[in-house]
Amino acid sequence: MQKQAIFQSKLLPYALVAPQLAIVLIFFYWPALQAMIQSFLLQDAFGLSTSFVWFENYIELFKEPAYFEAILRTFFFSFAIAVSSLSFALLLAVMADKPLRGSMLYRTLLIWPYAVAPPVVGVLWIFMLHPSLGVLSRYLRALGIDWNPLLDGDQAAALIILAAAWKQISYNFLFFLAGLQSIPRSVIEAAAIDGARPMRRFWTVIFPLLSPTIFFLLVVNIVYAFFDTFGIIDTMTRGGPGKSTETLVYKVYTDGLLGGNLGSSAAQSVILMIMVIVLTGIQFRFVERKVTY
Amino acid sequence: MANVTLRSVRKTYPGGFEAIKGVDVDVGDGQFCVLVGPSGCGKSTLLRMVAGLETVTGGEIDIGGRVVNGVEPADRDIAMVFQNYALYPHMSVYNNMAYGLRNRGMAEAEIKTRVEEAARVLELSAMLERKPRQLSGGQRQRVAMGRAIVRQPKVFLFDEPLSNLDAKLRIAMRVEIRKLQRRLNTTSIYVTHDQLEAMTLADILVVMNGGQVEQIGNPLDIYEKPATTFVASFIGAPPMNLVSTRPEEIRLQLAGSNAADAGILGIRPEDFVITDETPDGGIALALTVEAIERVGAETFVYGSREQEDQRVAATPGELPPGEVIVRIPGTQAPAIGARIRVAAVRAKLHLFSGDGRKRIEA
Amino acid sequence: MVEEEGFRRYIAHIILWIGIAIVAFPVYLAFVASTQDNAVIANGQMSLLPGGHFFQTYYQTIFIGTSGSTREPVGNMMLNSLVMALLIALGKIAVSIISAYAIVYFRFPFRMALFWLIFITLMLPVEVRIYPTYKIVADLHMLDSYAGLSLPLIASATATLLFRQFFMTVPDELLEASRIDGAGPFRFFWDTLLPLSRTNMAALFVILFILGWNQYLWPLLITTRDDMQTIQIGIRKMITTTDALTEWPIVMATAVLAMLPPVFVVVAMQKLFVRGLVETEK
Repeated sequence: MQKQAIFQSKLLPYALVAPQLAIVLIFFYWPALQAMIQSFLLQDAFGLSTSFVWFENYIELFKEPAYFEAILRTFFFSFAIAVSSLSFALLLAVMADKPLRGSMLYRTLLIWPYAVAPPVVGVLWIFMLHPSLGVLSRYLRALGIDWNPLLDGDQAAALIILAAAWKQISYNFLFFLAGLQSIPRSVIEAAAIDGARPMRRFWTVIFPLLSPTIFFLLVVNIVYAFFDTFGIIDTMTRGGPGKSTETLVYKVYTDGLLGGNLGSSAAQSVILMIMVIVLTGIQFRFVERKVTY
Repeated sequence: MANVTLRSVRKTYPGGFEAIKGVDVDVGDGQFCVLVGPSGCGKSTLLRMVAGLETVTGGEIDIGGRVVNGVEPADRDIAMVFQNYALYPHMSVYNNMAYGLRNRGMAEAEIKTRVEEAARVLELSAMLERKPRQLSGGQRQRVAMGRAIVRQPKVFLFDEPLSNLDAKLRIAMRVEIRKLQRRLNTTSIYVTHDQLEAMTLADILVVMNGGQVEQIGNPLDIYEKPATTFVASFIGAPPMNLVSTRPEEIRLQLAGSNAADAGILGIRPEDFVITDETPDGGIALALTVEAIERVGAETFVYGSREQEDQRVAATPGELPPGEVIVRIPGTQAPAIGARIRVAAVRAKLHLFSGDGRKRIEA
Repeated sequence: MVEEEGFRRYIAHIILWIGIAIVAFPVYLAFVASTQDNAVIANGQMSLLPGGHFFQTYYQTIFIGTSGSTREPVGNMMLNSLVMALLIALGKIAVSIISAYAIVYFRFPFRMALFWLIFITLMLPVEVRIYPTYKIVADLHMLDSYAGLSLPLIASATATLLFRQFFMTVPDELLEASRIDGAGPFRFFWDTLLPLSRTNMAALFVILFILGWNQYLWPLLITTRDDMQTIQIGIRKMITTTDALTEWPIVMATAVLAMLPPVFVVVAMQKLFVRGLVETEK
């Protein structure tokens, strides 16, 4: 944990750590603490007085069916986004891993979407699938689908999932490619000589050896779906129609900013914090146990 | 069981690099063939082409009478032992060995019999449930061999399997591999860069350099009658001494034989004796002792000649050796700086053309 | 391998190109839209090929802005985004590298405690602590300022972790040799450690710059003045209005412009980018 060769200064290290520490304390711990405190408070309608209400905000939250719906919805979105994005990215990575000509080119052409910001993703997709003027909407209608995500909750959800999955493809692709390339070629060759055709090789050798990467990406994708989708939702559906695309993080935003219920919003933040800590905790523990061959 | 025949096999990579320039080899059923040569000579590439891991640009590869150029590795009925073992990290030793049999749809009961038998032979029975990362290098190597044996393939392929082991283990395993192969009588092709391994293992030795075959034959034949200066200095350690035949001193001694056409004279260190007499038709050289190496059973004497500019390299473009090496049995050796005279009989002289590519019989 | 010849190869190429098409299509469409006439688009009749309004639309976008709710020229917004992204990237690198330096190369009380304190910040993205952070920034009078935009985002620990990991792999002999040569902590840092860290810093810079440029929720909350908006907010505001008023070509041109710098950075510094991604996620 510590290097053997070190300097002897006693004050200097504090000075070096100070800037980051200051920022972290002021802009991370203090607000986190405030969020926790706020979650125990209730402001009256005019914001004139605040009272300490213990866990009332939390209890109210759990009594609210909309909250549970939001939880389910968020998890559903997360898995849908993760699974669709991961599968397609895996397919692309497996194809790109072959010794093809121009594989460098393919990699370049597939990783740049990482740079696209969530709100831009939202704008692009709402433009493509806009009920009246979207280019793809034309084709959907030609197929007989009554496409209007601004009115149909399920279609709106599908839209969000599609857009969010699209954005994540390049990130997943990159990590899958790195994972595939870390599998020694000779092991795959040995499997081929052992009588395994490409498909069998994939499922019996490559996939198991890729599982740490898969698990890691699963957690990352879920966390991404929890938070980074905010920009996408805000530009495309704003949580509607009728809350059908309101995820937990979006609910924190609407209840707080638009609804003025800071106490409840803070409680939701705290619950989200706990969820993320648990998720990252699971990831760290599993990664610790991940065996390097 | 099957023979393996390579007919005019060539391989050129997409960039234009010609890795294999036309190779013909015939390995009979049950024979142990060793491909030996320096790094980059193409021996591994050739082996991988037989395995189906590299494509063939020209010529034919024949296993058991069937041309296999376009056949997938899975269908060639071969088994391969890799240099780094290539064991499946996520499977137990048992499953590593069972994998190939399962792929062929064999019944679990029979798989069990075969795997346990192979484990017994290779002394792996106690480790069947362990994972590769829990094994030592030598144990992993045996698992790799076990994986090959249970398949009972037509051909065994070995890609420098002993290179990653320490010296002692290497010698022990070398013997084991040979014994095993004799017992199973499976045709085997073995790649190594170690000429000692090559000499001790091979029924047929194929010496390669630069994508081409320099010589094929019985190891002892190759040792006694190397076809080119490359083979002459590659096989046998310390390497054969090669000197140019131009200097007066040498030419005079060689007069009256085909030596006139020869450009290069080769004499093995073990074929020199320190003596003042010159045998009939033989060669004698005057040397100044520069260094002595005693290894217990024998001593190597490094001596320099007056005309150092007449040294010759084994392959054009390489640096010639610095000194003439002489091997003496035992530990008695001349002092450093002493002037000695060494001689070799006619029968032990090797003559080659000036470019080193042709052997000339004296 | 033998089986990789022939039609399997073609299939691989085909699938990859389909992937590239899927990935590129929305962006391509945006570009096409930005060169077309708004009326045509609103009618749903937009063709799939670029139109002729390229210069006109982009000029208007960059220098004039829409007549809708954002009257801000996109050029300005891009400047704001640029400043914010640079501040975040550079600020984070600077602050983290000296922190990591202290933690690795010095021994002092509370060293590990401070390290964990910083480490925990990895876990929570800004969205979770959004309101209290807003309140604090407001109290510090940092709303509508570049400082307010960037400081809270510098607070997380990814860079510190990366530098710490990297410093641990630097051989001790280097430090010992430096000390024998009479160098103190500053000299060592400046002359030896910093040059060694160059590639890591560059890789981090790429990732952080993109992160900063793509920030959305936070700038949304703390900027109230039009001229302090970043381009991500600009885009969002442009499509808030009802469809009849949305000037799609300008919106799409803005989207294209919003994508250009980060995409350019990713492509131009691809190797560093990939390295940065893989390293920070470990």
